[in-house]
Amino acid sequence: MNLLGRRHTLLKAIRSFLDDLGYVEVETPCLVPATVPETHIDLFEVKDGLLLAASPEPHMKRLLAGGCERIYQITRAFRAGERGRWHNPEFTILEWYRAGAGHLDLMEETEALLTVLCAAAQREAPPIVRMTVDDAFERWAGWKPSRAWDEERFMRDMVERVEPRLAGLGSVFLHDYPAAAASLARLSPANPEVCERFELYVDGIEIANAFSELTDPAEQRRRLDEANEKREAQGRPAYPVDKPFIEALEDGLPPCAGIAIGVDRLVAVLLDLDGIDEAMAFPWPGR
Amino acid sequence: MYETSDLRKNLKILLDDDPYIVIESQFVKPGKGVAFTRTKLRNMLTGNVINRTFRSGEKIGRADLQEQRLQFLYADDMYHFMNTETYDQLEISEDFLDDDRLYLTETLEVDILFFNMKPIGITLPIFIEGEVTETEPGIKGDTAQGATKPAKISSGAKVMVPLFVNEGDWIKVDTRSREYIERVKR
Repeated sequence: MNLLGRRHTLLKAIRSFLDDLGYVEVETPCLVPATVPETHIDLFEVKDGLLLAASPEPHMKRLLAGGCERIYQITRAFRAGERGRWHNPEFTILEWYRAGAGHLDLMEETEALLTVLCAAAQREAPPIVRMTVDDAFERWAGWKPSRAWDEERFMRDMVERVEPRLAGLGSVFLHDYPAAAASLARLSPANPEVCERFELYVDGIEIANAFSELTDPAEQRRRLDEANEKREAQGRPAYPVDKPFIEALEDGLPPCAGIAIGVDRLVAVLLDLDGIDEAMAFPWPGR
Repeated sequence: MYETSDLRKNLKILLDDDPYIVIESQFVKPGKGVAFTRTKLRNMLTGNVINRTFRSGEKIGRADLQEQRLQFLYADDMYHFMNTETYDQLEISEDFLDDDRLYLTETLEVDILFFNMKPIGITLPIFIEGEVTETEPGIKGDTAQGATKPAKISSGAKVMVPLFVNEGDWIKVDTRSREYIERVKR
Protein backbone atom coordinates (compact mmCIF):
# COMPACT_ATOMS: atom_id res chain seq x y z
CA MET A 1 0.00 0.00 0.00
CA ASN A 2 1.25 3.50 -0.71
CA LEU A 3 2.16 5.98 2.03
CA LEU A 4 -1.08 7.94 1.89
CA GLY A 5 -3.02 4.70 2.21
CA ARG A 6 -0.95 3.66 5.23
CA ARG A 7 -1.43 7.10 6.80
CA HIS A 8 -5.17 6.74 6.28
CA THR A 9 -5.11 3.34 8.00
CA LEU A 10 -3.43 4.88 11.05
CA LEU A 11 -5.86 7.82 11.18
CA LYS A 12 -8.80 5.43 11.01
CA ALA A 13 -7.27 3.39 13.85
CA ILE A 14 -6.87 6.54 15.98
CA ARG A 15 -10.50 7.55 15.44
CA SER A 16 -11.85 4.10 16.09
CA PHE A 17 -9.72 3.75 19.27
CA LEU A 18 -11.08 7.01 20.71
CA ASP A 19 -14.63 6.40 19.45
CA ASP A 20 -14.64 3.07 21.28
CA LEU A 21 -13.64 4.80 24.53
CA GLY A 22 -16.65 7.09 24.20
CA TYR A 23 -14.81 10.18 22.98
CA VAL A 24 -16.75 12.57 20.74
CA GLU A 25 -14.96 14.10 17.78
CA VAL A 26 -15.35 17.88 17.80
CA GLU A 27 -14.30 20.75 15.55
CA THR A 28 -13.05 24.15 16.68
CA PRO A 29 -11.82 27.23 14.77
CA CYS A 30 -8.39 27.47 13.17
CA LEU A 31 -8.82 31.20 12.58
CA VAL A 32 -8.91 32.93 15.98
CA PRO A 33 -8.81 36.48 17.41
CA ALA A 34 -6.85 35.53 20.55
CA THR A 35 -4.82 32.67 21.96
CA VAL A 36 -3.02 31.18 24.96
CA PRO A 37 0.39 32.80 24.39
CA GLU A 38 3.46 30.62 24.77
CA THR A 39 6.95 32.03 25.08
CA HIS A 40 8.44 29.98 22.28
CA ILE A 41 5.58 29.53 19.82
CA ASP A 42 5.21 32.14 17.09
CA LEU A 43 1.87 32.44 15.32
CA PHE A 44 0.90 33.35 11.80
CA GLU A 45 -0.98 36.63 11.81
CA VAL A 46 -3.48 37.02 9.01
CA LYS A 47 -5.78 39.89 8.06
CA ASP A 48 -7.66 42.03 10.57
CA GLY A 49 -5.69 40.87 13.60
CA LEU A 50 -6.77 37.27 13.23
CA LEU A 51 -4.34 34.49 14.05
CA LEU A 52 -3.97 30.90 12.91
CA ALA A 53 -4.35 28.68 15.96
CA ALA A 54 -1.24 26.88 17.20
CA SER A 55 -3.47 24.36 18.97
CA PRO A 56 -7.20 23.78 19.56
CA GLU A 57 -6.55 23.62 23.31
CA PRO A 58 -8.37 26.77 24.53
CA HIS A 59 -11.53 25.98 22.58
CA MET A 60 -11.54 22.35 23.66
CA LYS A 61 -11.24 23.39 27.29
CA ARG A 62 -14.17 25.74 26.77
CA LEU A 63 -16.17 22.71 25.65
CA LEU A 64 -15.10 20.85 28.80
CA ALA A 65 -16.16 23.78 30.96
CA GLY A 66 -19.47 23.65 29.10
CA GLY A 67 -20.07 20.06 30.14
CA CYS A 68 -18.41 17.86 27.50
CA GLU A 69 -16.65 14.98 29.24
CA ARG A 70 -14.65 13.16 26.58
CA ILE A 71 -13.71 14.98 23.39
CA TYR A 72 -11.09 14.65 20.68
CA GLN A 73 -10.12 16.47 17.56
CA ILE A 74 -7.83 15.92 14.59
CA THR A 75 -7.15 19.30 13.04
CA ARG A 76 -4.53 21.60 11.58
CA ALA A 77 -2.19 23.61 13.77
CA PHE A 78 0.07 26.43 12.57
CA ARG A 79 3.41 27.51 14.01
CA ALA A 80 5.50 30.13 12.28
CA GLY A 81 9.19 29.56 11.70
CA GLU A 82 9.15 25.86 12.55
CA ARG A 83 10.64 23.95 9.66
CA GLY A 84 12.97 21.00 9.77
CA ARG A 85 13.16 17.26 9.44
CA TRP A 86 10.49 16.90 12.15
CA HIS A 87 8.69 20.24 11.77
CA ASN A 88 6.33 21.71 9.22
CA PRO A 89 4.70 25.12 9.86
CA GLU A 90 1.28 23.61 9.15
CA PHE A 91 0.74 20.18 10.66
CA THR A 92 -1.95 17.78 11.82
CA ILE A 93 -2.53 17.67 15.54
CA LEU A 94 -4.56 15.16 17.57
CA GLU A 95 -5.81 16.32 20.94
CA TRP A 96 -8.08 14.60 23.40
CA TYR A 97 -9.41 15.67 26.78
CA ARG A 98 -11.11 13.75 29.55
CA ALA A 99 -12.96 15.27 32.46
CA GLY A 100 -12.25 13.70 35.84
CA ALA A 101 -8.97 12.22 34.66
CA GLY A 102 -5.33 12.95 35.48
CA HIS A 103 -2.20 12.73 33.37
CA LEU A 104 -1.51 9.18 34.53
CA ASP A 105 -4.86 8.06 33.09
CA LEU A 106 -3.82 9.56 29.77
CA MET A 107 -0.48 7.80 29.98
CA GLU A 108 -2.39 4.52 30.08
CA GLU A 109 -4.62 5.51 27.18
CA THR A 110 -1.64 6.68 25.16
CA GLU A 111 0.15 3.40 25.73
CA ALA A 112 -2.95 1.50 24.63
CA LEU A 113 -3.29 3.70 21.54
CA LEU A 114 0.35 3.15 20.64
CA THR A 115 -0.14 -0.60 20.91
CA VAL A 116 -3.14 -0.43 18.57
CA LEU A 117 -1.26 1.77 16.10
CA CYS A 118 1.82 -0.43 16.12
CA ALA A 119 -0.42 -3.35 15.22
CA ALA A 120 -1.99 -1.30 12.42
CA ALA A 121 1.49 -0.40 11.18
CA GLN A 122 2.52 -4.05 11.48
CA ARG A 123 5.37 -3.41 13.86
CA GLU A 124 6.14 -4.59 17.36
CA ALA A 125 4.96 -2.46 20.26
CA PRO A 126 7.72 -2.44 22.87
CA PRO A 127 6.82 -1.59 26.48
CA ILE A 128 7.09 2.13 27.21
CA VAL A 129 9.87 3.14 29.58
CA ARG A 130 8.82 5.66 32.25
CA MET A 131 11.43 8.13 33.44
CA THR A 132 11.21 11.41 35.34
CA VAL A 133 12.83 14.51 33.89
CA ASP A 134 15.09 14.76 36.95
CA ASP A 135 16.25 11.15 36.55
CA ALA A 136 16.97 11.62 32.85
CA PHE A 137 18.91 14.84 33.44
CA GLU A 138 20.78 13.46 36.43
CA ARG A 139 21.85 10.46 34.39
CA TRP A 140 22.86 12.23 31.16
CA ALA A 141 23.44 15.88 32.04
CA GLY A 142 24.53 15.67 35.69
CA TRP A 143 21.94 17.91 37.34
CA LYS A 144 18.34 18.03 38.57
CA PRO A 145 16.37 20.74 36.80
CA SER A 146 13.54 20.80 39.36
CA ARG A 147 16.04 21.79 42.08
CA ALA A 148 17.96 24.55 40.31
CA TRP A 149 16.00 25.82 37.34
CA ASP A 150 17.95 27.29 34.43
CA GLU A 151 15.83 27.43 31.29
CA GLU A 152 18.69 28.00 28.88
CA ARG A 153 20.69 25.11 30.30
CA PHE A 154 17.60 22.88 30.46
CA MET A 155 16.74 23.38 26.80
CA ARG A 156 20.32 23.00 25.59
CA ASP A 157 20.93 19.84 27.63
CA MET A 158 17.57 18.47 26.50
CA VAL A 159 18.62 18.86 22.87
CA GLU A 160 22.28 17.90 23.17
CA ARG A 161 22.34 15.29 25.93
CA VAL A 162 18.92 13.89 26.81
CA GLU A 163 16.94 13.53 23.57
CA PRO A 164 19.81 11.73 21.75
CA ARG A 165 19.90 9.14 24.59
CA LEU A 166 16.15 8.66 24.52
CA ALA A 167 16.54 7.53 20.92
CA GLY A 168 18.16 4.31 22.15
CA LEU A 169 15.31 3.44 24.51
CA GLY A 170 12.44 2.91 22.05
CA SER A 171 9.33 4.48 23.53
CA VAL A 172 9.68 6.65 26.64
CA PHE A 173 7.28 8.60 28.82
CA LEU A 174 9.31 11.49 30.19
CA HIS A 175 7.30 12.85 33.12
CA ASP A 176 7.27 15.15 36.14
CA TYR A 177 8.58 18.25 34.37
CA PRO A 178 10.01 21.02 36.56
CA ALA A 179 7.37 23.47 37.80
CA ALA A 180 8.99 26.21 35.74
CA ALA A 181 8.26 24.20 32.57
CA ALA A 182 4.65 23.55 33.50
CA SER A 183 3.05 25.47 30.63
CA LEU A 184 -0.66 24.70 31.15
CA ALA A 185 -0.11 21.79 33.56
CA ARG A 186 -1.14 21.55 37.18
CA LEU A 187 1.64 21.41 39.78
CA SER A 188 1.95 18.06 41.48
CA PRO A 189 0.07 18.19 44.82
CA ALA A 190 2.63 15.79 46.31
CA ASN A 191 5.68 17.73 45.10
CA PRO A 192 5.10 21.29 43.85
CA GLU A 193 8.64 21.43 42.47
CA VAL A 194 7.33 19.40 39.53
CA CYS A 195 4.16 19.45 37.46
CA GLU A 196 1.82 16.79 36.15
CA ARG A 197 3.10 16.83 32.60
CA PHE A 198 4.53 14.08 30.42
CA GLU A 199 5.87 13.74 26.94
CA LEU A 200 6.03 10.62 24.80
CA TYR A 201 9.20 10.01 22.82
CA VAL A 202 9.39 7.29 20.20
CA ASP A 203 12.88 6.55 18.87
CA GLY A 204 14.05 9.89 20.27
CA ILE A 205 11.33 11.87 18.49
CA GLU A 206 8.92 13.87 20.63
CA ILE A 207 5.42 12.67 19.76
CA ALA A 208 3.05 13.82 22.49
CA ASN A 209 2.69 16.33 25.30
CA ALA A 210 0.12 15.86 28.06
CA PHE A 211 -1.01 17.58 31.22
CA SER A 212 -3.26 17.25 34.19
CA GLU A 213 -4.78 20.55 33.21
CA LEU A 214 -4.36 23.70 35.21
CA THR A 215 -7.87 24.78 36.24
CA ASP A 216 -7.03 27.81 38.42
CA PRO A 217 -7.97 30.92 36.37
CA ALA A 218 -5.75 33.35 38.31
CA GLU A 219 -2.69 31.13 37.99
CA GLN A 220 -3.51 30.51 34.33
CA ARG A 221 -3.79 34.25 33.64
CA ARG A 222 -0.51 34.87 35.47
CA ARG A 223 1.33 32.29 33.33
CA LEU A 224 -0.07 33.67 30.09
CA ASP A 225 0.88 37.25 31.03
CA GLU A 226 4.33 36.03 31.97
CA ALA A 227 4.71 34.34 28.57
CA ASN A 228 3.74 37.60 26.86
CA GLU A 229 6.21 39.57 29.00
CA LYS A 230 9.00 37.16 28.08
CA ARG A 231 8.07 37.46 24.42
CA GLU A 232 8.21 41.23 24.53
CA ALA A 233 11.52 41.16 26.39
CA GLN A 234 12.88 39.10 23.47
CA GLY A 235 11.55 41.61 20.96
CA ARG A 236 8.78 39.29 19.77
CA PRO A 237 5.10 40.24 19.58
CA ALA A 238 2.81 39.63 22.55
CA TYR A 239 -0.52 38.01 21.61
CA PRO A 240 -4.02 38.88 22.81
CA VAL A 241 -5.08 36.47 25.56
CA ASP A 242 -8.16 34.37 24.85
CA LYS A 243 -10.60 35.96 27.34
CA PRO A 244 -13.49 33.49 26.87
CA PHE A 245 -10.98 30.76 27.74
CA ILE A 246 -10.07 32.50 31.02
CA GLU A 247 -13.79 33.07 31.68
CA ALA A 248 -14.43 29.38 31.13
CA LEU A 249 -11.87 28.61 33.82
CA GLU A 250 -13.57 31.14 36.10
CA ASP A 251 -16.93 29.47 35.46
CA GLY A 252 -15.33 26.20 36.42
CA LEU A 253 -13.21 23.83 34.36
CA PRO A 254 -13.64 20.38 35.90
CA PRO A 255 -10.47 18.51 36.87
CA CYS A 256 -9.32 17.05 33.57
CA ALA A 257 -6.35 15.90 31.55
CA GLY A 258 -5.48 16.47 27.94
CA ILE A 259 -2.91 15.40 25.39
CA ALA A 260 -1.64 16.70 22.07
CA ILE A 261 0.02 14.46 19.49
CA GLY A 262 1.82 15.47 16.32
CA VAL A 263 0.09 13.17 13.86
CA ASP A 264 2.52 13.58 10.94
CA ARG A 265 5.44 12.77 13.20
CA LEU A 266 3.64 9.81 14.71
CA VAL A 267 2.88 8.45 11.24
CA ALA A 268 6.49 9.01 10.15
CA VAL A 269 7.89 7.25 13.21
CA LEU A 270 5.48 4.30 13.04
CA LEU A 271 6.18 3.78 9.35
CA ASP A 272 9.95 4.20 9.77
CA LEU A 273 10.03 7.22 7.47
CA ASP A 274 12.99 9.56 7.31
CA GLY A 275 11.11 12.65 8.50
CA ILE A 276 7.82 14.45 8.58
CA ASP A 277 7.94 15.32 4.86
CA GLU A 278 7.46 11.70 3.84
CA ALA A 279 4.32 11.44 5.98
CA MET A 280 2.51 14.30 4.25
CA ALA A 281 1.45 14.79 0.66
CA PHE A 282 2.40 18.47 0.47
CA PRO A 283 5.18 19.47 2.86
CA TRP A 284 6.40 23.05 2.70
CA PRO A 285 9.12 23.61 0.14
CA GLY A 286 12.66 23.87 1.47
CA ARG A 287 13.77 22.34 4.73
CA MET B 1 25.61 38.05 9.95
CA TYR B 2 23.58 34.90 9.36
CA GLU B 3 20.48 33.80 11.27
CA THR B 4 20.13 30.20 12.51
CA SER B 5 17.53 29.64 9.79
CA ASP B 6 20.29 30.28 7.20
CA LEU B 7 22.25 27.25 8.44
CA ARG B 8 22.03 24.87 5.50
CA LYS B 9 24.41 22.32 4.14
CA ASN B 10 27.46 23.95 2.47
CA LEU B 11 26.98 27.37 4.12
CA LYS B 12 30.33 28.82 5.13
CA ILE B 13 30.43 30.55 8.49
CA LEU B 14 32.96 32.12 10.86
CA LEU B 15 33.28 30.59 14.31
CA ASP B 16 36.00 31.39 16.85
CA ASP B 17 37.92 33.17 14.04
CA ASP B 18 38.04 30.09 11.80
CA PRO B 19 36.04 29.43 8.65
CA TYR B 20 33.68 26.42 8.85
CA ILE B 21 31.48 24.73 6.31
CA VAL B 22 28.13 23.26 7.39
CA ILE B 23 28.03 19.51 6.70
CA GLU B 24 24.68 18.81 8.37
CA SER B 25 22.08 20.93 10.09
CA GLN B 26 18.89 20.02 11.89
CA PHE B 27 16.14 22.21 13.31
CA VAL B 28 15.15 20.97 16.76
CA LYS B 29 12.65 22.35 19.24
CA PRO B 30 11.97 20.46 22.45
CA GLY B 31 8.36 20.59 23.66
CA LYS B 32 7.33 24.07 24.85
CA GLY B 33 10.95 25.12 24.43
CA VAL B 34 13.12 27.38 22.37
CA ALA B 35 14.29 26.31 18.92
CA PHE B 36 17.85 25.24 18.24
CA THR B 37 19.75 24.27 15.14
CA ARG B 38 22.12 21.36 15.67
CA THR B 39 24.98 21.36 13.21
CA LYS B 40 27.97 19.36 12.19
CA LEU B 41 30.70 21.70 10.93
CA ARG B 42 34.04 21.17 9.23
CA ASN B 43 36.87 23.55 9.98
CA MET B 44 38.08 24.64 6.55
CA LEU B 45 41.65 25.19 7.79
CA THR B 46 42.23 22.02 9.81
CA GLY B 47 39.58 19.67 8.40
CA ASN B 48 38.37 18.91 11.97
CA VAL B 49 34.68 18.15 12.30
CA ILE B 50 32.79 19.50 15.31
CA ASN B 51 29.19 19.47 16.59
CA ARG B 52 27.70 22.81 17.52
CA THR B 53 24.19 23.73 18.63
CA PHE B 54 22.96 27.25 17.88
CA ARG B 55 20.08 28.80 19.76
CA SER B 56 17.36 30.41 17.69
CA GLY B 57 18.06 34.14 17.46
CA GLU B 58 21.82 33.70 17.72
CA LYS B 59 23.77 35.62 15.06
CA ILE B 60 26.45 33.77 13.16
CA GLY B 61 29.43 35.39 11.44
CA ARG B 62 30.13 35.12 7.75
CA ALA B 63 33.53 33.80 6.79
CA ASP B 64 35.45 36.26 4.63
CA LEU B 65 35.94 33.83 1.77
CA GLN B 66 36.67 34.66 -1.83
CA GLU B 67 37.19 32.44 -4.79
CA GLN B 68 39.37 33.43 -7.71
CA ARG B 69 39.88 31.65 -10.99
CA LEU B 70 43.60 31.43 -11.65
CA GLN B 71 45.62 29.94 -14.47
CA PHE B 72 48.42 27.50 -13.76
CA LEU B 73 51.71 28.78 -15.22
CA TYR B 74 54.55 26.47 -14.22
CA ALA B 75 56.14 24.66 -11.32
CA ASP B 76 59.67 24.92 -9.92
CA ASP B 77 60.06 24.44 -6.18
CA MET B 78 56.71 26.26 -5.97
CA TYR B 79 53.56 26.18 -8.11
CA HIS B 80 52.86 29.43 -9.90
CA PHE B 81 49.41 30.73 -10.83
CA MET B 82 48.19 33.94 -12.46
CA ASN B 83 44.99 35.93 -12.52
CA THR B 84 44.46 36.39 -16.25
CA GLU B 85 42.60 39.66 -15.75
CA THR B 86 44.88 41.46 -13.30
CA TYR B 87 48.07 39.48 -14.14
CA ASP B 88 48.65 39.14 -10.39
CA GLN B 89 50.69 36.07 -9.64
CA LEU B 90 50.45 33.66 -6.76
CA GLU B 91 52.85 30.99 -5.49
CA ILE B 92 51.55 27.90 -3.78
CA SER B 93 53.55 25.15 -2.10
CA GLU B 94 53.54 21.50 -3.10
CA ASP B 95 52.28 20.50 0.36
CA PHE B 96 49.25 22.71 0.06
CA LEU B 97 48.27 21.31 -3.33
CA ASP B 98 48.75 17.71 -2.24
CA ASP B 99 47.53 15.27 -4.94
CA ASP B 100 45.82 18.01 -6.89
CA ARG B 101 49.22 19.12 -8.26
CA LEU B 102 49.34 15.90 -10.32
CA TYR B 103 46.49 17.20 -12.48
CA LEU B 104 47.92 20.65 -13.22
CA THR B 105 48.74 21.13 -16.86
CA GLU B 106 49.96 24.41 -18.34
CA THR B 107 47.17 27.00 -18.79
CA LEU B 108 44.71 24.90 -16.74
CA GLU B 109 42.30 27.17 -14.88
CA VAL B 110 41.54 26.34 -11.26
CA ASP B 111 39.42 27.96 -8.55
CA ILE B 112 41.39 28.98 -5.48
CA LEU B 113 39.60 29.79 -2.26
CA PHE B 114 40.98 32.58 -0.07
CA PHE B 115 40.26 33.19 3.62
CA ASN B 116 41.42 36.60 4.86
CA MET B 117 43.42 36.88 1.61
CA LYS B 118 45.28 33.59 2.22
CA PRO B 119 44.69 30.62 -0.08
CA ILE B 120 43.03 27.75 1.79
CA GLY B 121 41.64 25.52 -0.92
CA ILE B 122 41.78 24.62 -4.58
CA THR B 123 39.09 23.22 -6.85
CA LEU B 124 40.17 21.62 -10.10
CA PRO B 125 37.93 21.63 -13.15
CA ILE B 126 35.77 18.51 -13.07
CA PHE B 127 37.37 17.18 -16.23
CA ILE B 128 40.96 17.59 -17.36
CA GLU B 129 42.72 16.19 -20.41
CA GLY B 130 46.22 14.75 -20.31
CA GLU B 131 48.63 12.93 -22.58
CA VAL B 132 49.54 9.40 -21.57
CA THR B 133 53.29 9.35 -21.02
CA GLU B 134 53.72 5.90 -19.52
CA THR B 135 51.73 2.69 -19.89
CA GLU B 136 52.25 -0.86 -21.10
CA PRO B 137 51.59 -1.33 -24.82
CA GLY B 138 47.97 -1.74 -25.78
CA ILE B 139 46.59 -5.14 -26.67
CA LYS B 140 44.99 -4.90 -30.06
CA GLY B 141 41.63 -6.49 -30.41
CA ASP B 142 41.32 -7.05 -26.69
CA THR B 143 37.67 -7.29 -25.88
CA ALA B 144 37.80 -8.10 -22.16
CA GLN B 145 35.16 -5.85 -20.65
CA GLY B 146 36.30 -3.59 -17.87
CA ALA B 147 39.92 -4.73 -17.84
CA THR B 148 42.32 -1.91 -16.96
CA LYS B 149 46.03 -1.16 -16.54
CA PRO B 150 47.95 1.66 -14.86
CA ALA B 151 48.99 4.70 -16.86
CA LYS B 152 50.65 8.01 -16.07
CA ILE B 153 49.68 11.31 -17.67
CA SER B 154 51.99 14.21 -18.43
CA SER B 155 51.04 16.18 -15.32
CA GLY B 156 52.06 13.21 -13.16
CA ALA B 157 48.80 11.59 -12.08
CA LYS B 158 48.36 7.84 -12.24
CA VAL B 159 45.09 6.71 -13.81
CA MET B 160 43.69 3.25 -14.50
CA VAL B 161 42.91 3.06 -18.21
CA PRO B 162 41.39 0.43 -20.53
CA LEU B 163 43.83 -1.93 -22.20
CA PHE B 164 43.51 -0.27 -25.64
CA VAL B 165 45.02 3.05 -24.47
CA ASN B 166 48.61 3.68 -25.67
CA GLU B 167 51.40 6.09 -24.82
CA GLY B 168 50.83 9.32 -26.74
CA ASP B 169 47.02 9.03 -26.53
CA TRP B 170 45.11 11.87 -24.87
CA ILE B 171 42.56 10.94 -22.25
CA LYS B 172 39.87 12.72 -20.27
CA VAL B 173 39.92 12.26 -16.46
CA ASP B 174 37.29 13.08 -13.83
CA THR B 175 39.18 14.94 -11.09
CA ARG B 176 36.55 14.16 -8.44
CA SER B 177 36.80 10.38 -8.73
CA ARG B 178 40.30 10.46 -10.30
CA GLU B 179 38.92 8.09 -12.93
CA TYR B 180 39.43 7.69 -16.66
CA ILE B 181 36.43 8.83 -18.70
CA GLU B 182 37.37 8.44 -22.37
CA ARG B 183 40.05 8.78 -25.01
CA VAL B 184 40.01 12.19 -26.74
CA LYS B 185 41.35 13.36 -30.11
CA ARG B 186 43.98 16.13 -30.15
